[in-house]
Amino acid sequence: MVTKPLTKNIDMSRPPLDIGAYEATDGYQSLQAIAKGLSPQDVLQLVKDSGLKGRGGAGFPTGMKWSFVPQGESSPQQKYFVVNADEMEPGTFKDRLLMEGDPHLLLEGIIIGAYTIQANISYIFLRGEYVASEQALNAAIAEARQRGYLGKNILGTGFDLDIIVHTSAGRYICGEETALLNALEGKRANPRAKPPFPQVSGLWGKPTIVNNVETVCNLPGILTYGIDWYHGLTKGNDHGTKLFGISGKVKTPGCWELPLGTTIREIIEDYGGGMRDGLSLRGFLPGGGSTDFMLPEHLDIKFDYDEVAKVGSRLATGTMILLDDQTCPVGMIGNLMKFFAHESCGYCTPCRDGLPWVDEIFRELEAGRGTEKDLEILHEHVDYLGPGRTFCALAPGATAPLGSGLKYFAEDFERHVKEQRCPYRR
Amino acid sequence: MSEMSNESTMVNNVIASSATRARRLNAEEIAEIEHEMELYPDKRAVGLEALKIVQKHQGWVSDESLLAIASYLDIPVADLEGVATFFNLVYRRPVGRKVILFCNSVSCWIMGCDSIKEQIEHRLGIDFGETSEDGDFTLVPVPCLGDCDRAPVMMVGDDLHRNLTPEKIDQIFEQYRKQLTADG
Ligand SMILES: Cc1cc2nc3c(=O)[nH]c(=O)nc-3n(C[C@H](O)[C@H](O)[C@H](O)COP(=O)(O)O)c2cc1C
Ligand code: SF4
Ligand code: FES
Repeated sequence: MVTKPLTKNIDMSRPPLDIGAYEATDGYQSLQAIAKGLSPQDVLQLVKDSGLKGRGGAGFPTGMKWSFVPQGESSPQQKYFVVNADEMEPGTFKDRLLMEGDPHLLLEGIIIGAYTIQANISYIFLRGEYVASEQALNAAIAEARQRGYLGKNILGTGFDLDIIVHTSAGRYICGEETALLNALEGKRANPRAKPPFPQVSGLWGKPTIVNNVETVCNLPGILTYGIDWYHGLTKGNDHGTKLFGISGKVKTPGCWELPLGTTIREIIEDYGGGMRDGLSLRGFLPGGGSTDFMLPEHLDIKFDYDEVAKVGSRLATGTMILLDDQTCPVGMIGNLMKFFAHESCGYCTPCRDGLPWVDEIFRELEAGRGTEKDLEILHEHVDYLGPGRTFCALAPGATAPLGSGLKYFAEDFERHVKEQRCPYRR
Repeated sequence: MSEMSNESTMVNNVIASSATRARRLNAEEIAEIEHEMELYPDKRAVGLEALKIVQKHQGWVSDESLLAIASYLDIPVADLEGVATFFNLVYRRPVGRKVILFCNSVSCWIMGCDSIKEQIEHRLGIDFGETSEDGDFTLVPVPCLGDCDRAPVMMVGDDLHRNLTPEKIDQIFEQYRKQLTADG
């Protein structure tokens, strides 16, 4: 039985499987099922029943998202299926693995998704720096087109699809789905107001689905092996496997596909090899730079959406960033604030002006010039930049490590002010 | 562009005359831009692609190039400039023959990227945003390169370098020097 549907074909010590080898491991079976009569409505129902939630950060149920796309004669005939492959969340390194390791899996998933919502064009919005991903995807697209899995009248179904790789040029905000649509249209990538939601009015005003790479890679398994199999994968409440990553000072950092609901302790100790000798764990961001810190006391939590939410954080990308006891938490958070300040798109005032102010205060703390007043200002910004205060979720994302860090590492902040230096610096 | 036939052309011409003249796009650039135009329903959408294509051929995007693209795609210059300045990887100033994209995001920071950067500064004599005197290298900070389990990480041109140490920096740039010298 397949237990690692996302990575079963991945071996980074060799090139990815070509289309023949991919087919030999059940690849493109789902298209045969579609050719035999599985309708878009059938697929939609399967994906809803699977319980798949988006792997791009927000964890929104995929089947439900798709069901908002208007269908039928009166709906716009042009629809788009867009894959979010902009992966720029600090500490996140999972989508790259999927694209470079098994590009056909993503293509198969795209065909399934596009067929379900009846989109004839799919854009993969790819980070410009991912040169190897671009090559792997374009090579795989050429193979799939030759096989008749892309192009006109795919496998006699009457369904047409082209997949186009769009490479971006480095701007974190493009990962936000409405900013991504503006970028694809060739505009400056500021986010759009919602509603209307992209499902109804997205790319060039047409119904559009935006899904994360890893989300899409879940689809082939669901169709090929079925719902019961999919529901048997998890160890927790949410369904499926997930790519979990660890960066920071563990013995063996890496990225592994594991059942959702695996405990965090198991991931860090069994897969990450535990902390390096002489170091202990102070805390960690569970799913990239926009998540709230968690503490060693949370290690026995099952890593899935609900359990992580219960302790005030988010599973988000599932790639953990570990803080050890000899690394300065203030420095770590300061590094993140510099990133968010730089990547603010500048559209709304709290974010455009607030984040650079926060960044500046961290530099003052670092330089030994921090004051009590500075700490107050930081606390205020957790509120000023929080959810609901800004035009998009970038600034609230920044407040996640900031707010939780101020709470959990208050002593470290105080010491920077009292000692007028970074106490971790020798 | 011949006549001031529409608004965007007018804008282009006004700015062109007050600032500088568009250069001629070469045949290769035009062919590649035309190819991209087939992939999108609207030629405006190709603005970023065209900037990247020109940058690939010219090394960077000069004002003259920007004007040429705006006029070719019929995009108001200000709009295209808005796109060009928005993206970190569109260079509006000349850069060295190889651009070093140096990750200074959180995982690389934890793994000691500051000392790696010092080594680069020391070896090449450049800080972020600067180009080495011989015109070989430009150092640019970049957010997380998505290889955090092998931090610290940087790209030089299209090549990724992982698990960096100060010693490795010396070896890597020794190699590039040889390569660039051989390439002339
Ligand atoms: C600032 C910002 C950056 C984002 N970056 C990404 C990204 O790089 N990749 C991604 O899949 N989602 C990213 N998201 C989330 C997307 O907006 C969107 O929720 C996601 O692509 C939906 O896909 P899913 O339903 O499959 O998870 C980002 C969100 C924000 C606010
Ligand atoms: S919160 Fe920041 S990134 Fe989002 S729209 Fe406002 S300025 Fe732009
Ligand atoms: S933080 Fe440097 S590669 Fe991710």
